[in-house]
Amino acid sequence: MTEQVLPGLQLEKVDDRIMTLNVGPQHPGSGHMRIILRVDGDYIVHCDPDPGYVHRGEEKMAEYRNYITNIPHLERPVIHDSCNILYPYCLGVEELLGLEVPERAKYLRVIAAELNRCVYTQYWLGIYGIFLGHSTMFMWPVGDRELFVDLLEKMTGARVTHSYFVPGGIRNDVPPNFEDVCLRYVNYFEKRIKEYADVFYDNPILISRTKDTGVLSKEDAIKLGTTGSVLRASGVDFDIRKKEPYDVYEELDFDTNVLKEGDSYARSKIPWLDMFQSCRIIRDALQKMPKSGSVRVKLKPNPKGGDAEVYRRVESGRGALGMHIVSKGKPQPYRLKMSVGSFRNLIAMPHLLTGEKLGNLPPVYWSLNYWPVEADR
Amino acid sequence: MSSTSNNTEIEKIENTSSVTDTEKSLSDSISKKFPNVQITYVNPNRIRVNVKREEIIDVASFIRDELNFDHAESVSGVDYPEDNQVEVVYHLGSYTDTSLNKQILALATRTPREDIPHPGNDNTKLPSLHDVFPSVSFHERECFEMLGVYFEGNPDNRRLLLPEDWADIPPLRKDFAIKGR
Repeated sequence: MTEQVLPGLQLEKVDDRIMTLNVGPQHPGSGHMRIILRVDGDYIVHCDPDPGYVHRGEEKMAEYRNYITNIPHLERPVIHDSCNILYPYCLGVEELLGLEVPERAKYLRVIAAELNRCVYTQYWLGIYGIFLGHSTMFMWPVGDRELFVDLLEKMTGARVTHSYFVPGGIRNDVPPNFEDVCLRYVNYFEKRIKEYADVFYDNPILISRTKDTGVLSKEDAIKLGTTGSVLRASGVDFDIRKKEPYDVYEELDFDTNVLKEGDSYARSKIPWLDMFQSCRIIRDALQKMPKSGSVRVKLKPNPKGGDAEVYRRVESGRGALGMHIVSKGKPQPYRLKMSVGSFRNLIAMPHLLTGEKLGNLPPVYWSLNYWPVEADR
Repeated sequence: MSSTSNNTEIEKIENTSSVTDTEKSLSDSISKKFPNVQITYVNPNRIRVNVKREEIIDVASFIRDELNFDHAESVSGVDYPEDNQVEVVYHLGSYTDTSLNKQILALATRTPREDIPHPGNDNTKLPSLHDVFPSVSFHERECFEMLGVYFEGNPDNRRLLLPEDWADIPPLRKDFAIKGR
């Protein structure tokens, strides 16, 4: 094995006209990943995404830790969206162990997940703004995001990496005045994000840079198995919260945002529109939530799953997030596979960037709602 | 989940309480067309189909063309050293058929495993589903580097997440131990 030429280290001969260009892995415009481009003048003729710079072996680690000690490290791939990345894990372990989650915990989970979705989306929107050279759009979302970060700190005790969800409910109940504070914050937040239209989404510079760049047709979006905002921007109405409702999403009032264009503009708009729906969900959940009650079922020490396997999925900030957990009667999972939205949307990147101008790399790349750390796991 | 991949009997363990007609009709149509296929469970919204590796392309094409599943959500490789096999599970879903939006069909197959692996040059090989579901491409690349299952027919079997100079055995094999654990 050692004598053969290792894959990825082979240098391919490129002719005089075409130049190979490495974007990343430390370039801030690429996130923590490398994109190997071949450019012909100003046009990208070949794109080869090379993730793995921040691969941490989450799946291997999960095989050595029991169901409870897996919680803190599994949320590491997306610390801004840590509730959503733990959600399928908790749902899966609950199915394996046969746990029934208390009603109040289900509502609080939904609220925490939606707050997290907004926190993640704001961070992503800030990066999207700054890489298009729009520094106001970096300052505003990062500033407004603090509201929900504070709210989540009140709720969970940590600004990010909350470790809030546990199999069987949530770690602890919210403080007594949480409902009022949450409602106030959500109303203000909604007012703020409405203003993003004036400064960003209706801005002619943004529109001219993102309209009709990187168009993903509906057929290709389905064929490539994309998910989340990428899929819904291409006209496919698919949101797991609606299609396969988990916890109490079935009882809550919200809509799915779908756009038909499939270009970078539509892809950048969907997460923003989703934040309004998140505000609706949170307000509705606060109203329908039982005012008191237990928030967690007591687990046996070191619970063991049976000889079974589960596949559970949720809608995260970046699309469907599935976890395949194989249990073999041990306190640890036998195998845990995370199917994450970023990794699935990465498949669309070579498809979208080939043939584009080099200057369109940032709007197309960041519109994929791609989080390198999550894709690498 | 035992080593039954060579067993050709059809056996079904059904959780009858909340299984709907959709799941029943899906599993029936598969087992009718492919009598050698083994359907190990039919749960609410989840069906698991075990196939032999020679048959996987045919079954996958049937699932795509007749049952309207159109994309793969994930490809997980699971190592079973005691059976001397590696299992690969494709989780298939459907966007186009709204009645199937909830469903995940797990299509599983097994391949022999070698104690001293030579990824790509040993017997641990499977036909790729790349031509049936193009969405598996990166997932299969990941499975190749992590478990050493070579997918014949995938145009790209290079490393994806691991370092280019990784010279150890595939890390998600059970005999690759984490230090100190």
